Amino acid sequence: MYTGTAVTMSGPFTDEDALKFDTSVKAFEEATGIDIQYTGSKEFEASIRIAVEGGSVTDIVDFPQPGLLASFASEGKVIDVNTVVNPDWLAENYIQSWLDMGTMEGPSGPIMAGVWARANGKSLVFYPKAAFDAAGYTIPETWDDLMALTEQIASDGDTPWCVGIESGAATGWAMTDWIEDTMLRTTSLENYDKWVKGELKFDSPEVRNALKYVTDIWFTDGYVFGGRSAIPTTFFGDAPAPMFETPAKCWLHRQGNFITSFFPQGLTAGADYDFFYLPPIDSAYGKPVLGAGDIYAMFNDRPEVRAVMQYFSTGESVKGWIEAGGAISPHKDSNLDWYGDPVTRKVAEVLQNATAFRFDGSDLMPGAVGAGSFWKSMTDYVSGAIDEDTALKQIDESWPK
Amino acid sequence: METTLKDSGGIGSWLATNLGRVLVSLIVPVVTFIVLWQGFIFLRDTDAPKIVIVLVAIIWGVGGVAVLFAVSNWLVEKLPSQWVYHLQPFVFVGPGVAILFWYLAFPVIRTIILSFRGPAGTGFVGLDNYIFAVTDRVMVEAFRNNLLWMIFGTFFCVSMGLIIAVLADRSRYESIYKAIIFMPMAISFVGAGVIWKFVYTYRGEGSGISEIGLLNAIVLALGGESQPWLQQPPWNNFLLIVIMVWLQTGFAMVIISSAIKGISAEVLEAARIDGANEFQVFFNIIIPSIQGTLITVTTTIVIFSLKLFDIVRVMTGGNSGTNVIANEFYLQRFTYSSAGRASAIAIILLIAVIPVMIYNLRQFRESRAF
Repeated sequence: MYTGTAVTMSGPFTDEDALKFDTSVKAFEEATGIDIQYTGSKEFEASIRIAVEGGSVTDIVDFPQPGLLASFASEGKVIDVNTVVNPDWLAENYIQSWLDMGTMEGPSGPIMAGVWARANGKSLVFYPKAAFDAAGYTIPETWDDLMALTEQIASDGDTPWCVGIESGAATGWAMTDWIEDTMLRTTSLENYDKWVKGELKFDSPEVRNALKYVTDIWFTDGYVFGGRSAIPTTFFGDAPAPMFETPAKCWLHRQGNFITSFFPQGLTAGADYDFFYLPPIDSAYGKPVLGAGDIYAMFNDRPEVRAVMQYFSTGESVKGWIEAGGAISPHKDSNLDWYGDPVTRKVAEVLQNATAFRFDGSDLMPGAVGAGSFWKSMTDYVSGAIDEDTALKQIDESWPK
Repeated sequence: METTLKDSGGIGSWLATNLGRVLVSLIVPVVTFIVLWQGFIFLRDTDAPKIVIVLVAIIWGVGGVAVLFAVSNWLVEKLPSQWVYHLQPFVFVGPGVAILFWYLAFPVIRTIILSFRGPAGTGFVGLDNYIFAVTDRVMVEAFRNNLLWMIFGTFFCVSMGLIIAVLADRSRYESIYKAIIFMPMAISFVGAGVIWKFVYTYRGEGSGISEIGLLNAIVLALGGESQPWLQQPPWNNFLLIVIMVWLQTGFAMVIISSAIKGISAEVLEAARIDGANEFQVFFNIIIPSIQGTLITVTTTIVIFSLKLFDIVRVMTGGNSGTNVIANEFYLQRFTYSSAGRASAIAIILLIAVIPVMIYNLRQFRESRAF
């Protein structure tokens, strides 16, 4: 009944990920005749607002930042998914915290602004398993273990960490993830939430403390491949590559599970590489997991768009992507067996075993901070252009009043 | 028939004819307006297939302009000849002026209004946006960098363009040299950014790292240490300016070169016969002769460097102290969605460009380009 119709879609994922997305929806396209035309852009944060305000927005938009979507929802540009997908089905297929995060304020009351299509775990440390085991290193269970391992690798004459935060106009985001992870491990969830809302300043003992855990690793000579000055010039996707050279040139890489898409070709998950959960710093704060997710929002109401949105609320829609690796489904009806590699399955387990789950903070902060000063000031701090005090004060100043 | 009516005389018959004319003169424009308006409404609201919309838009757009012109011209020609003489030029130039107003003046006015409003374009905030635009740390840095671009970028573009043009003029292989210098002009700014990113690439220091950047390779070959070139303020600004010089010198060169070719050979020959050396010829004859061109080229590049955006966006994203006004405008508008601040920045940029532009136009007029 939809034969010959097309649904346009845009989002921030490109290259490898876009291919996996295309493969993932192919079965649906063949069954329904709807052509899902996806265009990815690395300048997504900037271009989406032009598209929405210019009235040329695609039918469905993938938002990796619910904060950005919330601003469109409040302007009444987004179609309430509760009118498109049966709310009972949503409640059945998602755990409550996802639905809570998807509920946003519309011009006339709260709406379900989109469906969650993919989830990410970010509190992960990847390592080259084969070389790691051969060298006799062990998985750290606590932060002290992690620092001891770092020191041990360094004293063995190698560089422990690979870090890279270059990402074009979005340079710096990878560092904000580190800080969010250490925030979750050094202070209460209440403080984390207050920080994200702007009620706890960046220039506060809590944030300074969290930042110190990051810089203790990043700024110590010999701890990071290429040194501190190479961190802002290394593309985040290229950063883990030296782990897989022979011999390994660095050993540890903290990043979200999506990073496996950027690993060199021909590596076997679970054999060539694996990950461990970024250990807790203070046991009082449990085992928190930092994560993110992509929410698909609907901007144009046509029967075929509705059909595609309904499809995206099922685990089936990401099955192909899960099987290809790099995606984790937030849907309850997805099957753990789909995870082709043991690593991704383990990420899904980490997400399940978490004592607390928090969304990537910079994605929730206002754009001027979360996609602006937080990235910029931290990048400038790492490159040595400004000091810590200046960086933190600059971020606080940029918070919209 | 008119003659018969006139012959029969009487106010009634005069009215009958002229009333008819007046009515026709009223009905035709009204009908035209309604038809065009309906076309607009159709285009605005239609769900028809895209191909139909395109065809209707073409017919409506092109035909509409023709009809509009024909009708207004016809109307004007109905008037007494004295009026025709005064009004007809406006029939021709009117649509152009109207479109210019719609696309240029109207957005400027709207931007000025927005610049006094809040982030979402609502609520009056007074001069807050302007205070931000001239006092905020980020903006002050952007102004400083634009000043660097303006002074050094323009200076090197024009002076190198001039030197190359003069030297090439005396060379046997002039066209080859000029083609090589001009070639980067054909590269887009983003493309140039990609090329120069490879030149400035930095991979870090430590065991097992090999540099792949051209500049670092040269520095290492000379026994120096590799540097993260684009992370070192304020010098990184100059490394970015080099890219603009690389791109724009060709532009300055061709224009100046054509001006040099315009200097009459007799004058140059006379000077040489009178015993002037080459430096005297250069400073006392060539420079004064092409002064108008030099000023035009300079002002064009000054305006260009004030608006500079692409290179910074691609190379550093404005990080590490390389931000420029246009990039900050873009960030404010599209990333931080603060329409008010972005508009204030745009207005300040406009005000900064206006004097240069007026000067430029004056030069054009003096050289009778207009």
